[in-house]
Formats: sequence, C-alpha cells, structure tokens
Amino acid sequence: MDIVVRGPEPTDSERLAVDAVLGPPVSAWAGGVRDLGREGRISLLGGSEARSQRHLLLPALHAVQDRFGWLPPGALAHISRRLTIPPAEVHGVASFYQLFQLKPGARSQVHVCEDIACRHRGGLALERELRERHPGSEAVDIHGSPCLGVCEQAPAALVLRHGEKPGGGAIGGATARAVESAIESGSYPDAGLDWLKWAVPQSLHPEADLALLARVGRCDPASLEDYRRSGGYLGLAKALALGSEATIAEVVASGIVGRGGAAFPTGRKWDAVAKAADPERLVVCNADESEPGTFKDRVVMEGDPFALVEGMTIAGLAVGARKGYLYIRGEYPLAVRRMEGAIKAARAAGLLGDAISGSGVSFDIEIRRGAGAYICGEETALFNSIEGQRGEPRSKPPFPVQNGLFGKPTVINNVETLVNIPLVMREGGAAIAAMGTTGSKGRKLFCVSGNVARPGVYEFPFGITLAELIGKAGGVPDGRPVQAVLLGGAAGAFVGPAQLQVPLTFEGTRAIGATLGSGVVMVFDDTVDLGDTLQRIAAFFRDESCGQCVPCRVGTSRQEELVGRIRAGKPLGSLAEESALLDDLAQVMRDASICGLGHTASSALQSAVRLWGPGILNGAKLVDNHG
Amino acid sequence: MAEPFREPPMWFHAPPRPTRVPMPPAEASRPAVDLVVDGKAVSVPAGATLLDACAKLGLDIPTICQHPNMTPVNVCRVCVVELEGARTLVPSCSRVAESGMKVSTNSDRVRASRRMVLELLASSVDLSTAPDIQRRCAEYGARPERHGSPEPASPEGERDQRVPGHHHLPEPGIARRVAQPVKIDNDLYVRDYSKCVLCYKCVQACGDEAQNTFAISVAGRGFDARISTENAVPLTDSACVYCGNCIGVCPTGALMFKSEHDMRQAGTWDESAQKQTDTICGYCGVGCTLTLHVQDNTIVKVTSPADREITHGNLCIKGRFGYQSVQNKA
Ligand SMILES: Cc1cc2nc3c(=O)[nH]c(=O)nc-3n(C[C@H](O)[C@H](O)[C@H](O)COP(=O)(O)O)c2cc1C
Ligand code: SF4
Ligand code: SF4
Ligand code: SF4
Ligand code: FES
Ligand code: FES
Repeated sequence: MDIVVRGPEPTDSERLAVDAVLGPPVSAWAGGVRDLGREGRISLLGGSEARSQRHLLLPALHAVQDRFGWLPPGALAHISRRLTIPPAEVHGVASFYQLFQLKPGARSQVHVCEDIACRHRGGLALERELRERHPGSEAVDIHGSPCLGVCEQAPAALVLRHGEKPGGGAIGGATARAVESAIESGSYPDAGLDWLKWAVPQSLHPEADLALLARVGRCDPASLEDYRRSGGYLGLAKALALGSEATIAEVVASGIVGRGGAAFPTGRKWDAVAKAADPERLVVCNADESEPGTFKDRVVMEGDPFALVEGMTIAGLAVGARKGYLYIRGEYPLAVRRMEGAIKAARAAGLLGDAISGSGVSFDIEIRRGAGAYICGEETALFNSIEGQRGEPRSKPPFPVQNGLFGKPTVINNVETLVNIPLVMREGGAAIAAMGTTGSKGRKLFCVSGNVARPGVYEFPFGITLAELIGKAGGVPDGRPVQAVLLGGAAGAFVGPAQLQVPLTFEGTRAIGATLGSGVVMVFDDTVDLGDTLQRIAAFFRDESCGQCVPCRVGTSRQEELVGRIRAGKPLGSLAEESALLDDLAQVMRDASICGLGHTASSALQSAVRLWGPGILNGAKLVDNHG
Repeated sequence: MAEPFREPPMWFHAPPRPTRVPMPPAEASRPAVDLVVDGKAVSVPAGATLLDACAKLGLDIPTICQHPNMTPVNVCRVCVVELEGARTLVPSCSRVAESGMKVSTNSDRVRASRRMVLELLASSVDLSTAPDIQRRCAEYGARPERHGSPEPASPEGERDQRVPGHHHLPEPGIARRVAQPVKIDNDLYVRDYSKCVLCYKCVQACGDEAQNTFAISVAGRGFDARISTENAVPLTDSACVYCGNCIGVCPTGALMFKSEHDMRQAGTWDESAQKQTDTICGYCGVGCTLTLHVQDNTIVKVTSPADREITHGNLCIKGRFGYQSVQNKA
C-alpha cells in the first residue's frame, strides 16, 4: 500500500518517543538507516509487515501524548510512516479519544469529574475554583470530565503529567489544595493501602464474608507471595489438573453470568470459543469501566491484580487461547501500574508465558490503555480500538465468539467476571451455584455511591435487597430521606423510595423494569436536583456517542436539547408534546441504533419520567431543595 | 471561436447497459435460503441480504448509506426491518438472510423508526440537493421542525476543531445542525459538509473499496463526527488525487463538481435542460464509460454508471475532470 505522508519531519525527541514503542525503524523510508539489501525485501514484504502492526497505533499515540502532552504533527506523520497508516486515518483515530490532544497543552492536565455522583458533592464547584485559580495557566489545564470511576470518594479528580517521566494519579475527596499539592509533589493519594481500605468499607470488618474482595486493602497488591499465601493460584492449579473441558464444565455449573452489564452466561461463551474451528483464539478482559457510577473493576485491579491475571490465565487455558489482552481505561493510571507489576511478577514466576507452571500450556497478557471513550467498553468497539481503528462498534452478528479481536474467536469478559473464575475453580462450580438466587448465582460487587454514609464497593451473595444494601452502607446521612436510586448507571434506571425492597438480582430488578447493569447503586437524597442529574445523563450520552449511526448521533443530541429546553422553562409546545417527542427519540434509539449505547441512551430518563412525570425534567423537584 | 460540442460520430456505439450488476461467475454452488418477508415466501442464494430478498419481492425499502458496489456500513438505519425474535430492528442492507427468518418491512414499528431517522437527518443536515431523501421524508411524514429552529451555521473550520466530549448546549429551542461554510479549496470539486449525512461512502471510495488513496477519514466523535483530511488540511495539501470517486458515491450532493456548484449558485443549473450521453474515455486503454452531462452545449459534469463491468462507476482525474480540452473556448 502506497500512502502519501505530507506532515512535517519529526523532531529527534518525537522520533525517539515513537520508536521507543515501535522499535527501531527497519527502512529508510520510515526514518531508518539505508540498507539496500534489506530495502529490496521491504518493498516486497515490508508493507504488509508494517500494516500488521496497526494495533500499535494506540500505544504509539499514548507514547507521544505522554511525552509531549499533545500529538505534534511531526510525530503523527512519523507514526503514519512507521505503521503505513494513512495520515487521515491517524487523525481520525486520534480525534476520537478525549485524552489525546491535537493542540499543545500545559504540563499537567487536570480532569475534574462533573458526572452524576460528583457534581452535587462539590465537583462542579471544584472545577470552577480550579479554573479561577489557574486561568490560562501554562502549568495546568483544567478539563471537565465524565465519571472517573472514583465515585466512592466524590468529588474526584485525575492529574496526568507528561514529560520524560510521565505520571498521574487520582485524587478523591478532591479540593483545589489537594489537586495543587499533587501537581507540585508528583505524588498522589492513591498510593497506599488506605486508599483501598476506603474503597472497600467491608475490609475494615474482619467478620465480613468476603471472597472477591478478600485481599483488597488487606494484602500487598505488589506481592505474589501474599497472593499465593491467601489462596492465590489454587484455581489455576485446579484448572491445569482438570484440563480445558472440565474447567469449562465447572464454569457452566457455577451459573456465573457476565458482570459487564449484559449478563450473558460465561460458561456458554467460553464453550463457543473452545469449540471454534479456528485454532487461534483470544481472551480479552474488558477493563474500560466507564459507566458513570462504576468503580469496582478499578478497585479490584488496584487491590488484587493477581486475581485478574489468574482469571485471565484460566480463561486462556480453558478456551485454548495463547494470548490475552487487558484493555484498561486511560483514566486508571494506578490500575495500569498495578496490573503491569502483577503481569511481570507472574511471568517471572513462570505463571505466564511459555509452559505455565511446567505444563504444556502457554499464555501471556498484554495491556492496552484506552484513551477516554466510554464507547470503547462496548466489546466490538473495544476490538476496533485495540486494532488501531476508530472505536466504533461493529454490527452483530457475527459475534465475538466467532469473529472477535483480529477476526479471531474471542472470549471477552469483564474484570469482575474474570476474578470470579479462580473462586469458581477453587470452590467448585456447584458451591458457587448454591449461592444467591435461582436466577442470579454467586457473589456480586455493588458500587455504592451518592448520599450514603460509607460509599464504596460492597460484596454480597446475590439476594440482598436495595434497602439492606443502603443500610450496610450506613444509610443516608443526617437522617434524610432517599429521593431516588439509580441502578445500573447512566445506562440503567431510576427507582423511587417505594421500590427499595427490590432484591438486587437480575430477575428482581428486571421485574420492576430496572436493571442491575454493572452494579451501580447511586443514592440521591432529597437535596439533589434530579432534573440536573437527568440533564447530565443526557449530556453524557451526547458526549460519548461514537457518531456512527443516525439514531444515536443525532438522537442523543436532540434528547439533550429537549431536556435542556424543558429545564430552561421553554418547551416547544406543551409538556405532553415534549414528552411524546422524548418517547419517539427513545424508541428510535432503542430500536434502530447499532449498539447498546444507543439502545440505553434513554432508559434512565424514561424511567424517571415514568416514575415522576415529565415535570421531573423541568425542576419541578419532588422536594424543594438545592444541593 | 471554439468548436461546439458534437454528438459522437455515427460509427460509435456506446456499449449496451448490462442488465445486472456484474457478479463473480459460478453462482451454482450457493445453496438457497428460504425465508418469509411480509408473509410471502422468498428464496435467495446464501449470503444474500434481507434487502436482496426484499428486492426480489419488489418491495421498496428506503436506503441511504447502502451502495450496490460497496460493503454495507449499516449506519443510516433507514432500511431497518422487523425480524421475528430479534430484540431490536435490523438493518436490511447488511443483515444476511437465514433460512426460517420471518421479516416485516412495513410494520408500525418499522415505519416509526424510519420516520424518526429521516426526521433526525432532516433536522440536522441540508437535504436540498438530496431529492431522494426528501421524497422519503414526505413519504414517511417526517416533521423535523418538532426538534426546534435550525442552529446558525458554525464559523469556517470550527467544526473541524471540535474535540470529543466537551460541548455547549445550544439556546433553548435551537436544534443543532452540521451547517458550515462550503469548503472550496480546489478548482475541481467542492465539499459542502452542511449536506453530509455521514454515510461513509466517500471514505470507502477513497479507501480500499475503490481508489486506495485514503485522503479522507471520519474524524471526531458523536454529533461532531465529520469527514476530514489529516488535521483538516485543504484537499490540496492532502493525499487526494482528484479522481472524484467520492463525488460519484455521495448520496446528498455534499461532494459536488465545482462547475455544478457554481452554476447552482448562479441559478443557471437546470437538470431538465441537460442531456446525458455515454461515451468511452479516450485517455487510456482501460475503456471506462463516461456519462457526459451537457447543458447548453457545454459539459457540466461527468459521471460513470455504477453497473459497468470495467470500473463500477469509478474514474480517474482525466476521465472525470479532463473534459475542458474538448470545449476550450479561449
Ligand atoms: C456502551 C457500552 C459500554 C460498555 N462498557 C463496558 C465496560 O466498561 N466494561 C465491561 O466489562 N463491559 C462493558 N460493556 C459490555 C460489553 O459490551 C460486554 O458485554 C462485556 O464486556 C462482556 O463481558 P461479561 O460477559 O463478562 O460481562 C459495555 C457495553 C456497552 C454497550
Ligand atoms: S448506537 Fe451510538 S455509540 Fe453505538 S454505534 Fe450507534 S452512534 Fe455509535
Ligand atoms: S477525489 Fe479521489 S482521492 Fe480525492 S478524496 Fe475523493 S476519492 Fe479520495
Ligand atoms: S460527504 Fe457525501 S459520501 Fe461522504 S459521508 Fe458525507 S454524505 Fe456520505
Ligand atoms: S468519579 Fe465522579 S461520578 Fe464517578
Ligand atoms: S441503508 Fe441500511 S443502514 Fe443505511
């Protein structure tokens, strides 16, 4: 393929940053040394060799962004040449992600969460204050951000610093001072075990019945020894002893279904891939966790990274995959570091790589960082993102089990799903299936946030009711009443105070027209302006739509405009007409969009209107108060 | 004084139009798939789409982003149909027919989605040079005005700079549009992205489905997604080779010959006064069919029929734009 690259020559440091990821260039055309002997070959082979490296586009863009704080045209041109990707396509990919900047930025990028858990707990005020304190600063840029996945410590902020030693970290309970001191010192409050103890309130109670969270906040996440001492790698040993078929049988028997939102039976998925005709199969772990209100996957990766490595390894062994990809959202620098550490340690101990634990099986894991796009959590968009394409969902069928990453049969699972696997192997499928309800087996992580005394990730066997869970989280502070609870995140549904007895199971939530989704339980007391929350949810979908299909690209925009004008007290026509229009938008997005983002872009809004009438949008609050 | 344009000499006979889009030979091995569409049984070869099945029954399904010579991208969603057992509607242009499928193409649910898709497009895109889509809007009763008054055009280049995520809500009652100034950066064709429905056809044509030049791509995200060269540079600084194959597949007139654009601006464009003549390009030995659009004895644009075996409607810069030599008036 002959491509035209007209961009400027890279500077030396731009070249170095890119080549650090891609290795030294092999041809003079791509900026390497002339080697006539090799060049002849390259003209025959080099093109397809380079093109097969397209999956390195995202890592290369990250390297440049980390080094310079933006993507200079010379560096982009160099990437184009190195990977034989047309410059227009590099631009198309780079402009898809929120964390890539096409204009020079300040040394530190501060992302302040303005999403639904944080905005009324000081997030908006913090953003305003930081903007006032650093107007047009050369040192700091302030960005409003969608949910950063640190909702238990609202308001949250994320600092990313570029340079030769790039770094970054999250700040919980953020204040302007805390953000500034992190920028100055380059150290972040997420470093120690306290951070994890805060995220998992049950970790402070030795009597709490924890399995998935047993190590979080208690064990050193960097220590393979600690992991092994606490039952780690027994699951893999069992799986190695059982072999592929019996391992899948255990997973089927456990009744575990996906924890990423779609609740598909995990054993069935694995079985389909194990039986695929193509011998080359892949395992992908979806750690893009960007559903507003979701933070369990982050906490697990930060606090118990080896469990995920073990879970992925068992998945690889069971379906006959030799390679796994772990796709972590770009806003989780600590999770990336912890997972890198765990993968390295596992490799060193012979638990990853060729001939795992002396068996004949090999498996290894590669980490890929997202770059700020909720849609990349959709499984096929995630594949495209890894492949160096725009993160646009593919049309299904074909499904990932037939035609997934790189066109190979692929198991894609959520982090929580995969950390259940070592447990399933250790305790046996039957023991897991005996836990929970008939429709929902095993244990579940709940992301409790909003107006509760102790927000955090909670673990319970399926069956606990919403009211019980809120109680376990310390209830609503100051004796205030619950106004509403959002289940399942922005793609989920609201429930009212009358529905607090709902059991938090797949079937229980479905029965009341709600969903468990990714396990979000966000509590709003009577001080919160729910209309503002709904406006933000509408804005979220408008921001995060990939823009591929008409119903969602234009529909999410129209939906946001509609909520906006109702809130401004300027509806077009009567409220009933606006309500009908909202229904029409909801229907076309649900029925005719390509992917789950469009399908669910109206569900939270619709649930609120169903519960409280369209007046909820225009600030006719249930209780007259301001947060 | 220039020679007036002449009819081709009598010995020249344009090749006859083939009656079907050329397909690879040896169809025999494709087994038949039997399904039911709108209550009628129909049988199509394996691999055919639901749209093919509909066409076989003579059903009129609206399409926008579908093109007979290209891989379906199924993004406009106007062709959706109801498939029994499926949770959502399915795009007929890409969904492969399977035995036993039961499909409805004209249920209330289908019509509602089509109406909304058309309404959303009409409320955000200038469809003034897309008569087919306008006709569909009328057919389905789209009421774009329900969504508010049109947003004024954004300043030149502003949409090209938009970053994902951040945006501002327009004034209450205003419906966002993609309206923006026309991009005129070369003498051959203009890009009026106010009229772009983001059907991906031009990107496919410029890319590996025809031209393999890759001068343009989709950039940005969500409502700000747009067709762009690298860093939104003018076409003259991009890889574009002015084959015009993107113009040939654009369903809305967003990509347009400069000659047509100028005449439309001047109010002299008159399709009813135009004559279309097929001929063979004389620049090289490939033999592409050219359709010359002639108004007042002047070639005003050149297209190529999509169903010709040699190039499937694609041309190069010479065939597409090299017609001035036959009508130089200077
Ligand atoms: C817009 C959208 C975003 C999603 N985000 C995530 C995510 O962040 N993490 C995740 O595990 N699944 C996410 N999913 C669900 C995945 O598509 C997929 O179903 C899941 O990763 C499968 O894993 P599981 O079976 O273990 O749940 C998302 C789906 C959609 C439509
Ligand atoms: S539904 Fe939305 S996010 Fe999904 S493919 Fe369509 S535009 Fe993209
Ligand atoms: S004229 Fe040809 S090369 Fe230029 S953008 Fe269009 S298809 Fe691509
Ligand atoms: S410019 Fe034309 S062909 Fe290209 S995406 Fe827009 S409408 Fe489609
Ligand atoms: S971190 Fe702010 S809402 Fe999740
Ligand atoms: S024609 Fe089928 S989705 Fe556009």
